[in-house]
Amino acid sequence: MPKNSLTIRASQLKLLESLCHAVAVSGDEGEVRKIVLERLKPHADSLKVDALGNILAVKNGTADNRLRVMMTAHMDEVGFMLTHDEGDGIYRFDTVGHVDPRQLAGKAVWIGREHTPGVIGAKPIHLTTAEERRRMLEVENLRIDVGPEGGKVKVGDRATFATPFRRVGPSLLGKALDNRLGVAILLELIEQSPPNVDLLAVFTVQEEIGGRGARVAAFALDPHLAIAVDTTPARDLPAWDDSPNQAYNTRLGAGAAIYVADAATLYDPRLVRHFAETAQALSIPYQIRQPGSGGTDAGAIHRQRAGIPSLSVSVPVRYLHTAASLARLSDWQNTLALLHAALSRLTPALLASPR
Amino acid sequence: MIDLNELLKNLISAPGLSGYESPVRTLIEQAWQPLTDELHISRLGSLHGLRRGSLTEPRPSVLISAHMDAIGLMVKGLVGEFLRLTQIGGVDARILPGQAVTVHGRQDLPGVIVQPPAHLLPQPYHEAAVPLEYLLVDTGLTAQELARQVRVGDLVSFAQAPLTLAGDAIAGHTLDNRVSVVALTACLELLQKRLLAWDVWAVASAQEEETLGGAFTSGFQLRPSLAIAVDVTFAASPGSPSHNTYPLGKGITLGWGPNIHAGVFRAFEELAKKLEIPYAVEVIPRHSGTDGYALQVVAEGIPTMVIGIPLRYMHTPVETVSMKDVRRAGRLLAEFITTLDETFLEKLSWDA
Repeated sequence: MPKNSLTIRASQLKLLESLCHAVAVSGDEGEVRKIVLERLKPHADSLKVDALGNILAVKNGTADNRLRVMMTAHMDEVGFMLTHDEGDGIYRFDTVGHVDPRQLAGKAVWIGREHTPGVIGAKPIHLTTAEERRRMLEVENLRIDVGPEGGKVKVGDRATFATPFRRVGPSLLGKALDNRLGVAILLELIEQSPPNVDLLAVFTVQEEIGGRGARVAAFALDPHLAIAVDTTPARDLPAWDDSPNQAYNTRLGAGAAIYVADAATLYDPRLVRHFAETAQALSIPYQIRQPGSGGTDAGAIHRQRAGIPSLSVSVPVRYLHTAASLARLSDWQNTLALLHAALSRLTPALLASPR
Repeated sequence: MIDLNELLKNLISAPGLSGYESPVRTLIEQAWQPLTDELHISRLGSLHGLRRGSLTEPRPSVLISAHMDAIGLMVKGLVGEFLRLTQIGGVDARILPGQAVTVHGRQDLPGVIVQPPAHLLPQPYHEAAVPLEYLLVDTGLTAQELARQVRVGDLVSFAQAPLTLAGDAIAGHTLDNRVSVVALTACLELLQKRLLAWDVWAVASAQEEETLGGAFTSGFQLRPSLAIAVDVTFAASPGSPSHNTYPLGKGITLGWGPNIHAGVFRAFEELAKKLEIPYAVEVIPRHSGTDGYALQVVAEGIPTMVIGIPLRYMHTPVETVSMKDVRRAGRLLAEFITTLDETFLEKLSWDA
């Protein structure tokens, strides 16, 4: 396969834009599910939606001795749920998935399937004291406001930040790049899946609240190995005192991020080696994500059944779980290229020797 | 009929930070051109629009003022791919992380204000509100390109797009005080069909958020017989104390206090009652925090009035206003101006 067939085309940018504009908070992934199902139909050999809402798509290879490779990308995003109607268009809300409360005040939101606009306001600075401004604004002190005469929204509706997707220079700016980038990559891999594997593509639900979708999908599909395709924080900002930043996790522009260890998974070293060697052999930029906290769908997958060798490969993204996350187009492209190349070079021999 | 909602959305989509009002001023000039007999720009950048009255010269005049400048930010430094910031006008740093901005560099650059991860901040801010000096702007550009495009001192505007909310409400940044510019425009439009005794000076003033520089100097240059400042006031909203806020969409406020001429206040209150325009009396014990504070002490002193339009979440990028209140302000202004005759000033007294 020529490498340039995997470059990011205008149609993929368009797809990512529509994925990022969807409101699909954990437990309410329908809007993304609809887009994904439509794209999958012409390409999958089998397609189903399971009891939790995961999409399980199979694309069989044509070669002999094929590995069954499960690849996951979670469809859900962090966001909000309206929890109490206080009248006058004002609603209490809670967060779904981890959102730093310091990211909330002064933002616009989209609520429900109709993307009804609302705002998370803040007390005017004129009415605050200096002491008050040093304290964090907590979720219980903030409200979603849809306008003084209320609207079409109701308690139980989900909401997300209302951020238009845009391209800025070499970068992409938008909400929910975690993990619509992964979804876009996995869709592309199905369309261009190599003949040496059966690709079991799973678009999972409820990742942001504990990898719950991946857990049941891995049981159902019983793969030889699994790869979670996700995004990972790039914390490559300058320190306040210009001291070196030792805990950057990943760096924007440095290529696909391969996981070795996080709080949920000790990744299979055979897979780590295979991916790193593939990147080196083909000169695809990659980086090792700094070992540390965090977790991906692999955390739920690798302990399923009698154990499933697992890896995570992520696109580095700044400001995950905020109104505006930022990624580099080149990292998206390199992650896609690495996944495709490593998949194409997979053989059963890789897993023949013990871990 | 001017579409006031569209006008407001256009005005808040144009930059115009304090001291740099020309982008929004151009739009206001376009809106006021057909509604005024004369337009000019003051030395500090305020826009003056004259609607001539019919009394013989020298005619009395009323100045209606709405500041057009916006709060925002300014580039304080470049660090690799990032910018450091300072503020123009009062900004609570707690509303900044994740905020969309436009950096007015050699060209306009979209960007986002970001809160660095905890390990890159001084210890007290790991779990607390992060002050402006530690926040950064990311434009998505490489360090090299950023250095080519941006310099210290470049302006940074909020970029939240306007939103239409339920109940004829609009949310966005800089509704403080472009809503009052819209109210003045509505007033000028209503006055089109009226024969006026007095001259009317509509002023879109500059630099209110920092120094009241526009109001001081336009007041002096135009030397009106009366001055009316129109500005936003605090609407009831979550977290704001109920004793000094006013319900959104339920009427405008008439300022009462030392900054307001008691006789002009009474004239406005009587008129609002007569016309059944809903209002609340906004008691202002000291500084009104509006152009009125400057206008009152210009030259030998000017009888001054302050009109308030309730606004939720003031000085955030999601300020929220009810267009009903904006139209009410425009109508009350127009009706008041229509009542001004050659005897008004003679009869005007502070004491009832």
